[in-house]
Amino acid sequence: MFKKILIANRGEIAVRIIAACREMGIATVAVYSDVDRAALHVRKSDEAYFIGPAPAAESYLRTDKILGVAKRSGAEAIHPGYGFLSENATFAQACADAGVKFIGPTPHSMEMMGSKTRARQEMEKAGVPVVPGTSRGLVSPEEGEEVAARIGYPVMLKAASGGGGKGMRLVHRREELRSALESAQSEAQRSFGDSEVYIEKAIVNPRHIEMQVLADEHGNTVWLGERECSIQRRHQKVIEEAPSPIVDPDMRRRLGEVAVKVAQAANYTNAGTVEFLVDRGKNFYFLEMNTRLQVEHPVTELTTGLDLVHLQIRIAAGEKLPFAQSDVEMRGHAIECRVYAEDPDNNYFPSPGKITLLLEPSGPGIRRDSGMYEGWNVPVDYDPLLAKLIGYGSDRQQAIMRLQRALGEYLVAGIKTNIPLFQRILGDADFLEGKLDTGYLDRWLAKGNQNVRSRAPEPRLPGVDEKTEALEAVAAIAGGLFAVLDPVFPVGKNGSIVRMGSGPAAVPSNWKQKGRSEALR
Amino acid sequence: MVYEVMVDGKPHRLELERAAGGWECRLDGQPVHLDGVITCRDVLSLLVDGHSYEIKREQTATDLHLWVGSTRFVVELRDPRSLRSRQKAAGDEKGPRKIVAPMPGRVVRVLVAENSEVEAGQGIVVVEAMKMQNEIKSPKKGVVKKISTVPGAAVKSGDVLAIVE
Repeated sequence: MFKKILIANRGEIAVRIIAACREMGIATVAVYSDVDRAALHVRKSDEAYFIGPAPAAESYLRTDKILGVAKRSGAEAIHPGYGFLSENATFAQACADAGVKFIGPTPHSMEMMGSKTRARQEMEKAGVPVVPGTSRGLVSPEEGEEVAARIGYPVMLKAASGGGGKGMRLVHRREELRSALESAQSEAQRSFGDSEVYIEKAIVNPRHIEMQVLADEHGNTVWLGERECSIQRRHQKVIEEAPSPIVDPDMRRRLGEVAVKVAQAANYTNAGTVEFLVDRGKNFYFLEMNTRLQVEHPVTELTTGLDLVHLQIRIAAGEKLPFAQSDVEMRGHAIECRVYAEDPDNNYFPSPGKITLLLEPSGPGIRRDSGMYEGWNVPVDYDPLLAKLIGYGSDRQQAIMRLQRALGEYLVAGIKTNIPLFQRILGDADFLEGKLDTGYLDRWLAKGNQNVRSRAPEPRLPGVDEKTEALEAVAAIAGGLFAVLDPVFPVGKNGSIVRMGSGPAAVPSNWKQKGRSEALR
Repeated sequence: MVYEVMVDGKPHRLELERAAGGWECRLDGQPVHLDGVITCRDVLSLLVDGHSYEIKREQTATDLHLWVGSTRFVVELRDPRSLRSRQKAAGDEKGPRKIVAPMPGRVVRVLVAENSEVEAGQGIVVVEAMKMQNEIKSPKKGVVKKISTVPGAAVKSGDVLAIVE
């Protein structure tokens, strides 16, 4: 087993990996940028080294600096977390060349899954269901019309090296195809330097369901159950759960077997996730494979009782999987909320800044993976994910109730978070019935905005306190009591709060207060 | 002590005096039996006629928020006998208004020039944070007296960006 591991990441995931290392008796090495000296992952690690300025391209993405720290500290392995260098085959190769173990798949597997058309071709060869369409670029509009007629409209045109919705066009009718293809090709050329565009049947309002797999370096591959990730805002996941409300044991086994086939076709090792689109008839199609630990891995950990980070480290150290597929049992239901530093009242604009007060929930069925603390300044330079709150229960309803309870106890003051959004989604009728698809949240938010415009009263939602006159009266009284018992001057020049005295007993100057209240100054 | 407390824009008159063993309190003329304890900084435990409330205080760059349970109220406290409070209460439309950065970030663009006329709600400065851009708008109709930032400048929460009069 490794004696020392470098974590090439920051935030909650770095803290979570450090926890696993500590549990396994492995020393940890953190890296940090200019703005992360006071970050939680630096505080929690055994060693920490500075790697450069705030922009990720000059610090967390610098292969040379990170490998330099590995050498200097004597770390034998690197855990990349998610994001940053986690799916960078060049980095994985550089680690191998430097004699440091990369905790993840081989560069070869990562490359195969990196190109959309290449992954599609390999999967077709392996007999994995893919969305009907072509696995090569279209040569002419006529070919496009012919394929579209065969697979049926609507169809989706996609750039082979695309991502993030660029070079993508939804086509409903034959007449639209020619111009859509031309604009998709020129956009793909501009954005990715590659005009290759292929065609797929468009799946309208699909579900996004993914399967966790784990493979050791001795040829054993297992699947660990699905995660439903259909609640997304602009293609970014917001809530994930395991199991999916629509997957029964037979479909789960079929998804698992296909996912194992995908992993084996790529000679995959370590933890990975196979993503599927699922249509209304519960047909599922391979979408892509994520060659890293996922943000939402805790819901799988809670329902299987396994620790995926422990297992990743054991696999990387050359150990065999300590269990077989038949030993894997799933139990209960887990739901994860991604707590982002963003403002639901201002179009989800990021909200960095100082956390002035932090009250965090715990108790039955609650797991919290967090990278923040009270007094920390959330930097402007990185992803706004602050923490993940996960509720676990014997069934879906109990998991939801526990999450609602915990969200009500969660207070992150000084910055804005999307906690109020979760409180409302978790009370939504469609969510409670499990009627989800990838367009659910964007439609729901658009509906909510309409309500705001027409000033329609919001329905009473469970778990969210209504604004009653009684509560308003309590707020008024509390305003006065705070002013007397714990006075503060509103705001200092840099946004910090200037406090008078250190506590309720230390009201600073009775003379000044008396003078003020008598309007003598 | 007498306070005028604005809760979500609605005024309340609060009378609060220390009395033997607690507080003597009247809200909008009605007597209220209460017991309040600061349990830790910014967290007040309040008992009103046997009902228990946990109230959290959040001071932002622009507002004071009080969370009663998980419900947020915007609260403003005025001492009706203080001159400054009376001036502040006299109206938002009169006098110069500072436009402050609601969050830390970088100034990307300045949308108006000094001495130009602006409408209420018109964008003044664009601030970028976490790779997203946010337009900071004028709170009132008036004239831009001063622009106190430049494109590229790093700003902290509460920094003054411009003054509109």
